[in-house]
Amino acid sequence: MPAPGQGNLFEQEPFPQAAHRELGNTQMRKNLRHATHTIRDKRLRVVGELPDWEQLRDAGSAIKNSSMINLEERLLEFEKNFTARGGVVHWARDAQEANKIVTDLVKETGSTEVVKVKSMATQEIGLNEHLETQGIEAFETDLAELIVQLGHDKPSHILVPAIHKNRTEVRDIFLKEMPVVDPNLTDEPAKLAEAARKHLRKKFLAAKVAISGANFALADTGTLGVVESEGNGRMCLTLPETLITVMGIEKVLPKWEDIEVFMQLLPRSSTGERMNPYTSLWTGVSEDDGPQNVHIVLLDNGRSRVLADKFGRSALNCIRCSACMNVCPVYERTGGHAYGSTYPGPIGAILSPLMTGIEAEDNGSLPYASSLCGACYEACPVKINIPEILVHLRGDDVDANRGKHKIPTQMDLLMKGGSWALGKGKNLGLLEKALPLGRLAAGKSKKIKKLPGIAAGWTQSRDIPAPPNKSFRDWWSDEKESK
Amino acid sequence: MSAKEEILGRIRSALADAPAAEEVPREYRTSSDMTEEQLIEMLVDRLVDYKAGVEVVDAVQIPEFVAAKLGQASSVVYPHGLDTGWLSSLPKGIVRRIDAPGARLSVAELDETSAVVTSSAVSIAESGTIILDGEPDQGRRAISLVPDHHVCIVPVSTIVQLLPEAMPRLTVTRPLTWISGPSATSDIELERVEGVHGPRVLDVLLVRGL
Repeated sequence: MPAPGQGNLFEQEPFPQAAHRELGNTQMRKNLRHATHTIRDKRLRVVGELPDWEQLRDAGSAIKNSSMINLEERLLEFEKNFTARGGVVHWARDAQEANKIVTDLVKETGSTEVVKVKSMATQEIGLNEHLETQGIEAFETDLAELIVQLGHDKPSHILVPAIHKNRTEVRDIFLKEMPVVDPNLTDEPAKLAEAARKHLRKKFLAAKVAISGANFALADTGTLGVVESEGNGRMCLTLPETLITVMGIEKVLPKWEDIEVFMQLLPRSSTGERMNPYTSLWTGVSEDDGPQNVHIVLLDNGRSRVLADKFGRSALNCIRCSACMNVCPVYERTGGHAYGSTYPGPIGAILSPLMTGIEAEDNGSLPYASSLCGACYEACPVKINIPEILVHLRGDDVDANRGKHKIPTQMDLLMKGGSWALGKGKNLGLLEKALPLGRLAAGKSKKIKKLPGIAAGWTQSRDIPAPPNKSFRDWWSDEKESK
Repeated sequence: MSAKEEILGRIRSALADAPAAEEVPREYRTSSDMTEEQLIEMLVDRLVDYKAGVEVVDAVQIPEFVAAKLGQASSVVYPHGLDTGWLSSLPKGIVRRIDAPGARLSVAELDETSAVVTSSAVSIAESGTIILDGEPDQGRRAISLVPDHHVCIVPVSTIVQLLPEAMPRLTVTRPLTWISGPSATSDIELERVEGVHGPRVLDVLLVRGL
């Protein structure tokens, strides 16, 4: 089994515990409800506009599958073409190695500051924190990342990391943390965007080094692409002398034509727009246009481990659109922080444990962070069957824990009991004789309000009605006899 | 073992039991039969939705409309391959700066320039997307980024309906910039607001007969 991923891929505590706490944050729940419902409506509207949406999903899914199956060849082809155009390719086994490569590249330029385009890969490896220990300051330039960075907060969504904050909270963070800011700043989103523009303008114009992620790499040409809205991406990709891109190995697409599929699927699924305001494509170094010192770090960090799981492999098809979290009833209520990992929501609940191994720390609780309603599968533009993989991982989790405890757990006993009761009709009949006992426990209210042990979770927020006097099977045989 | 060898080795062993790749079904739309008028109508609709300014003009009207759009500007930059006739009606007071090979404007100079005029390579009506490919009439990426106001010429002959129709018209290894409206963000409560770091005003002239 390939080496597990490191970095910000772990639960900080078991999901039920984290979720329980986060659910108490009513302001956050209100913000999330508003934002996810806004985006759901927008997504449905623009997706409904395309008569060939399902055909695009089919193509997107098949392109990703075929790219994964031939990943070695695709990566080598990409390396050859990117290098031929003046770019430099680096390979990183894990987070630590990637952080070191980037740090060394920045140090070579003599710069102690870098501007950053929003990137999940660098979030995953904890690059900013690492750079800080090396005396290099990283400035996030995406508005939501800026809100998170200024607020000393953590991202809670892969597309809109500050989704848990509303406009007034954002205004308060800006007033408190921006060195130069209009004290009369209102919470109008347009005014807040303007404040971010003023705050970052000088940084962009003076930056010598930029660090980005990539939405895709094209094997047949060696091209990289970044999809964005604000123009902070264009600033970082165009003005500095040095550009360092950190990209997961799964992002490579076989050929140029493939982006005609993904550039239809991605914007409509993520921000619910027909197209995002800006997309930049660059191939190595362009003479006289943009950075002349261009690098890419190809990152494994547990991805080859996902690839080795034949049931979970398709999780690597993810294009980070965030449609699954926007439609998820669990995410909508707990928010992204409850998942611990950089990757929250339904995709995170499969991707994080697949990358780290189900047995790692508390990641075994993530596959249970779902009601298996299937909304994520329906929304996924590349048709990742998230519910199926969740169930597969729950099985892995049970297997990983089997025999770990000397004394059987309550769940072990319950399962054993269930197996005995359901194994034979006679056994079940015997158990059903105990139904009147349940009625007794329910008492006058005819409701069971508190179950013992692990079953207590069920009665925490609901009552169980008193069981009937006799079982259906008994009733059926009585009926037959009386006829 | 180098990191590269090790990662490729991991991939190889991970895929040892993998089935062969499936054929990619490409049954999505790759061609359309819209008339020129329909294409114009659709592109205008999308650009207006993005809050871009749009005018549909004849080729001879370009100087007049460029001048009208740049009425408030104090200076304008243009790429060396741009048809300078398009700027012939600009008021005398507006400073003109050319960006040419061997005579590049610095970032600071671009920051002091209020507007930019460029042409464009291909436009996609269905998504309201204008693609710049760095040809001499469009220039380096920085010039259409730093000034706060972008006036973009879109020849009607370069409009297609669908993204797959635009692909054969592009050379991917050129630096490409796809523009769909002025800079915007959805980062606050997932509501779209126009105007962040890229040009906050985008004016598009769709030109018939060009």
